[in-house]
Amino acid sequence: MFKYLFARSEDIPEGSAAVYFGFSAIVWFVIGTGLGAFNASKLAFPDFVTGLEFVSFGHMRQVHVHAVIFGWISMAFAMAMMYMTPALGNTKLWSEKLGIWNAFLWNVGLSLGLTLLWSGMTSGREYSDFPWFIDLYIATFMTIPLGINVWMTVINRKTQGIYTTNWFFASAVFMVSIVFIVGNLPEWFHLTGLTEAYLTWWFAHNVLGLWITPVAAAIAYYTIPKVTGNPLYSHRIGHLHFWSVVVFYSTPAAHHLMSAPLPEWLKSFASVEGVLILVPAVAFVSNILLTMQGKWNMFVENLEIRFTVTGCLMAIPLNMQGGFQQTRAINWYIHGTGWIVAHAHLALLGFSTFLEAAAVYLGLQTLMKRKLYSLTLGNLHFWFLLIGFTTYWVSMTIAGLIQGAGKIYEVPYIDVVMAEHPYMIARWIGGSLVFTGNCFWLYNMWMTARAGTVIPEGRMAHELAYER
Amino acid sequence: MVNFREYKIGARFFGLALGGSMTITLFMPSFDLRNVNATEVALDKQLWAGHESGFSLDDPFLTGEHRPVRVTLKTDPKTGQPMASTVAYVYPAGTPLPNGVDHPDNLGNIVEQLSRDKGRIGEATKSQGAVFLLSSEPQGDGSKQFYIENASATKGWNPEEVMKAAGDENTYHASYGKAIFVREGCWWCHTLLPEETQDWQVFGAPPMLGDFNGESPTAFGSDRKAPDILHVGSRNSSREWMMLHFFNPRLVQPHSIMPRFDYLWGPIDDKGQKIDFDKWRAEYNEYVDGKRVTPPEVPMYASNSDARALIDFVLSLK
Repeated sequence: MFKYLFARSEDIPEGSAAVYFGFSAIVWFVIGTGLGAFNASKLAFPDFVTGLEFVSFGHMRQVHVHAVIFGWISMAFAMAMMYMTPALGNTKLWSEKLGIWNAFLWNVGLSLGLTLLWSGMTSGREYSDFPWFIDLYIATFMTIPLGINVWMTVINRKTQGIYTTNWFFASAVFMVSIVFIVGNLPEWFHLTGLTEAYLTWWFAHNVLGLWITPVAAAIAYYTIPKVTGNPLYSHRIGHLHFWSVVVFYSTPAAHHLMSAPLPEWLKSFASVEGVLILVPAVAFVSNILLTMQGKWNMFVENLEIRFTVTGCLMAIPLNMQGGFQQTRAINWYIHGTGWIVAHAHLALLGFSTFLEAAAVYLGLQTLMKRKLYSLTLGNLHFWFLLIGFTTYWVSMTIAGLIQGAGKIYEVPYIDVVMAEHPYMIARWIGGSLVFTGNCFWLYNMWMTARAGTVIPEGRMAHELAYER
Repeated sequence: MVNFREYKIGARFFGLALGGSMTITLFMPSFDLRNVNATEVALDKQLWAGHESGFSLDDPFLTGEHRPVRVTLKTDPKTGQPMASTVAYVYPAGTPLPNGVDHPDNLGNIVEQLSRDKGRIGEATKSQGAVFLLSSEPQGDGSKQFYIENASATKGWNPEEVMKAAGDENTYHASYGKAIFVREGCWWCHTLLPEETQDWQVFGAPPMLGDFNGESPTAFGSDRKAPDILHVGSRNSSREWMMLHFFNPRLVQPHSIMPRFDYLWGPIDDKGQKIDFDKWRAEYNEYVDGKRVTPPEVPMYASNSDARALIDFVLSLK
């Protein structure tokens, strides 16, 4: 890929940027989940690898979070945008060279930022932990160039309308840059106190609500119709999804700080808006599942569809939790417990990761014109991810309920820690399964590039039989 | 561009939706959050914590450069005469001033006016350094209104003299301690925001509006794998317990899952002797296996070690 950095744009093969982004995403996924599993081991066995600053839990926790959000999820998003946006506009990516540079600078910036975080250089603000100059780098060299490429591709499309996926892409790349710049105002202008705390959670909430959720959903709006051959069930429901995300998902940030002395009206407003998140959620899930009509056999037979539909199904518990757990009554019980950790993983490792994995599988096969190397490894990846995630989610949800009961009924804290121990071990096992599955995936994709069956011109990957 | 025409209405609605959302969630709360008067808690906290506890160019690696200290004075630093115990916040030359001194409008109208007029905070400079006091003015209803006093201007105290008068044993490196708290990720498990549950009954009062002015980062935390510690200094003020707990939490709480922070001791102890960590861990393992009756002795930390600053910080969380 490096040779294309200084090549002329027309000499760069179509899809190079997407492939570069796709493989980077998988590598960061392996790194991020590996770190996650290692962190989990320390919560189960605190004396496992001890006494060294660089492998202490507090130094690695935020590295795990940022490796998966900005490495895996966001680079998989960029990958999806690099091939879906032009495909849906019946055109080429506006600038393949910008895409290559974007992917390169993304990897450089993320490596630098994570190294700083790992060494303890942090702003001390959850989800916006990067020091301000890294934030500036992310906006300038990561999100804005990506946005320019997506917008220019949409503008130069050869179709009359803009398909649902591309509305989401175009608005999300715009919104994530705004969220990044506004959310980091406290660091740039040294805002302090409750303003700083509120903006921290405003950022954290919106980076999920206006970036991760809508882009993941947009990916499903492409993969399901593309692979099944069915048209999207309803564009109008797609509209409803889009507008309700923009209106309802961008407002409930204060529900993360229910016990802070923020204005009461703001907390109540956030609580009500939070329940309304069910509107885009129901619109999205029903639209996708209804698009599957007549093609449910593919849920069993086709890897990409299986990943996507599993992700969509996980959006149901995700949004039932998300809609109600931030109301005051329920928030009182579960705030700050493992329940929330489970919920966050349901959003990122469940719902969103499964949709992105499908997009990366589909995109890499299509762009490299190589059929997936091994179906067995693909299946193993799916099941390791699903079983690992489920183990994690169930154990952390139970641990969270124990913690919640503990804090309500004034149980001495150490008894809660002891009661959680088995679930911490289960969490570590779940995380390790996910990590192992991802190692299979990286190998499988690498072998696909080197030894996958060539896909003939005009055919799609899933039309060919697997050879292994 | 021409193809975008049919999306004009949609683009305007999009702007309206996102703009409306930002108006409600950012612009409107700013009226509530502005001009909140800083409470005594907030003033004390921002004076000992200093300008910034996370990354800043003044202390980029969070290693304790350019950080204020809190001292307890028993003698007047100018005359050397005994005086009533007084808490002072010392900002040596080059230390960035606390947020409320740099930007007094963050203190709220009443505190700002008192701090400017009576406290003379406008005269403090980063290059000269300054000594601050938390002073109060009695109000008509019998309560006290707290404000920041710049003792360098009102009393002529300079940082070096105050530090010398206080001595090392009366000096608290809580500011650096908070930077370590952020750097070591303590707040990934220990929250600083008691909740409306057992916290409020057992762990202490919830924070009030105005308790956070000038604090950055607030480091509330969100994931309670451990007890809330906003008021830990009131529950447990034993320096020795903290020392054992940081070196190896299992010494005082066998079921704790907290990591060991023995590396914060640095290479040498308080007598300048090299700390033999390998020997300590080997002996501790023997103790765990039942081959020793008592665990090995925890070395006393050096007075300039990270461990000391972190304990100073934790004990200041009253």
